Amino acid sequence: MEKVKNIVIAGLGGQGVLTASDMLAEAAFRAGFDVKKSELHGMSQRGGSVSSDVRYGEQVLSPMVPAGEADVLLILEATQIEINRPMLRAGGVLIGPDLLPEGALKNKKSLNVALLGAVSTVLDIPQEHWMAAIYANLAEKLHKVNDQAFAVGREAALQGSIAQH
Amino acid sequence: MTTAERQLLSGDDAVALAALHAGVRLGTGYPGTPSTEILETFDRLGGHAQWSPNEKVALEVALGVAFAGARTLVTMKHVGLNVAADPLFTAAYTDVEGGLVVVSADDPGMASSQNEQDNRHYSRAAAIPTLEPFDSQQAYDFTLLAFEISERWKIPVLLRLTTRVCHAKTIVVPRGPVAGVAEPRFEHKIPARVMIPAYAKPAHHRLRTKLAEIAAWNEAEGPIRIDAGDSTLGIVATGISAVHAREAAPEASHLTVGMTYPLPIERIRAFAAGVERLVVVEEGDPVLVEDLRAAGIQAEGKPEMYRFGELDVARVRRILAGDTSPEAVPPKGKPPELCQGCAHREVFQALRDLDCIVAGDIGCYTLGVLPPFSAMDTCVCMGASIGVGLGLRHALPEDQARRVVSVIGDSTFVHSGLTGIAEMVYNPPATGHLVMILDNGTTAMTGLQEHPGTGRLLDHSTTNKLSFEGIARAMGVQNVQVVETTDKSLSLKDLIAELLAKPETSLLITRQPCVLAAPKIRFYDKAAAESARGHTCSAAVAD
Repeated sequence: MEKVKNIVIAGLGGQGVLTASDMLAEAAFRAGFDVKKSELHGMSQRGGSVSSDVRYGEQVLSPMVPAGEADVLLILEATQIEINRPMLRAGGVLIGPDLLPEGALKNKKSLNVALLGAVSTVLDIPQEHWMAAIYANLAEKLHKVNDQAFAVGREAALQGSIAQH
Repeated sequence: MTTAERQLLSGDDAVALAALHAGVRLGTGYPGTPSTEILETFDRLGGHAQWSPNEKVALEVALGVAFAGARTLVTMKHVGLNVAADPLFTAAYTDVEGGLVVVSADDPGMASSQNEQDNRHYSRAAAIPTLEPFDSQQAYDFTLLAFEISERWKIPVLLRLTTRVCHAKTIVVPRGPVAGVAEPRFEHKIPARVMIPAYAKPAHHRLRTKLAEIAAWNEAEGPIRIDAGDSTLGIVATGISAVHAREAAPEASHLTVGMTYPLPIERIRAFAAGVERLVVVEEGDPVLVEDLRAAGIQAEGKPEMYRFGELDVARVRRILAGDTSPEAVPPKGKPPELCQGCAHREVFQALRDLDCIVAGDIGCYTLGVLPPFSAMDTCVCMGASIGVGLGLRHALPEDQARRVVSVIGDSTFVHSGLTGIAEMVYNPPATGHLVMILDNGTTAMTGLQEHPGTGRLLDHSTTNKLSFEGIARAMGVQNVQVVETTDKSLSLKDLIAELLAKPETSLLITRQPCVLAAPKIRFYDKAAAESARGHTCSAAVAD
């Protein structure tokens, strides 16, 4: 059986962590994979730490990524890197907010989508499913700015080096 | 959403979709993480859903629906079932006509709760058949099954979920609407529904007969999943623990129990006979393992340290290895806090400055316990602020008693605060007492749900509105004051000090909409005003 892909997305409440994980799970779902996504969101709007697990593959069992088994760790807020680092497996990919050049985003709120653009370069999900999943989770007036954000993140990842740990 | 073949749904959404497909006439409940989304989604899908003042009332309304012959779903978090326990225990004796399914969403690990009680004990204590799904597909399937069982045996059924089932999204293939759901119609069935001793005695015997029949059904055709594997290790698990276990030990034999009360004990015995070592993997208390042992099945449980918190794949691996070495402590994240601009901040600032002894309650404002305020001294359950505050007043020396304040939110006040006010009026402490309702116009912590004090229904349309100040005056509270927290001409601190100085009963309502809810409330108010104008116009035309 193909190995399950594990992605952990983390940040602070209000940054769009859960929206980003909804988009990623939906993209994997649209690509035909088995998908599970899980998080604790009782207090997510109160500014505290938030993280969300997305797993996809041929068959996913537990909805939670075991510590040390994340293939990708996506962090929206620099202060949250260290507390989530134990989730990453040896050789896993860490994508943080510093990947994007200063002022690269027209709207800072689209940071989550920009970093999904970076994540898209290391996962086996076709581009059209990414865009469909992003649109499905956003109001139509936000589609254009997030198109650009996704492209900015993708480009930054392809240009720069994504850190393997 | 109802027609797609394959959907990615949370467990809560899957229960809502199944309720719609099962023909549920009315869904009732009280908001509580992780159960809240069930009724919200049911409403969004076109179902009829209502928030009740609390879980007891929600279950009683649902019981009425079931006696009327219609299907009904009641949702609550685990501690909500404590509030609803009174009707639950005796509803089990009655014959329900329409299917009655009670959802208890437990929170092992306490992601957003005050305890991690294991509601599987209620199944046994109240004699309620119980289904426990491990993913959204099962949540969907078991909801439909729960209605079938409820109607076949005329018994309420408990659907026990946990946080990781409620909030995890997994794939669901729905079956579509169920045909042939009965229409409501009243028939007198007095001995089956009036629980006076003369009728309750035979009703208890009937209940035990029903359970024996359901156990036999569970043995013969209940929802059991067997993944045959190596015979050296057999694992019995339920709910989310089952998928952790299958991942942790893919080579082992697994038996996953779907209906966990009454248990299919003979099928488990047969499974046990085929394996060398049998381990029960379950979150929370050792409920299942003790049942197996009581039935004479030799089963290993988990070491005591795994009673606490959620299980996951790593912890199940440790359980199977008998590893009781200390677990790595996960790094502490940033704790949640009262939002910037939240009116609760000013209240807790004042209470801290006055060195008050604060009996707190359940809601966003419980965050007043954290720095920089550290202005809460007790928090136990919904409504406890008032009783606990009164008890402190009765027992403490006068100089301390005078500093005791009970602090409660608006939704919590409606849920369980009214009887506390009755107690205060009936048994006033010698120093008097001060209750503060921090009214932010919403049930904030669970995600901005309506309640009887907002004047809006679950779907945010307009309805009658409870007046807290009117209630308090009618009940005989001596001083009733309402302040807008935004009113800068007023010192909240001085006002609290003034009320504390009186040996009288006082209710102080601080009113300011939750900063997260305020834009939505403005939107609902505008929609209601426009709708009212629309009605006036059409009425004029009709005239």
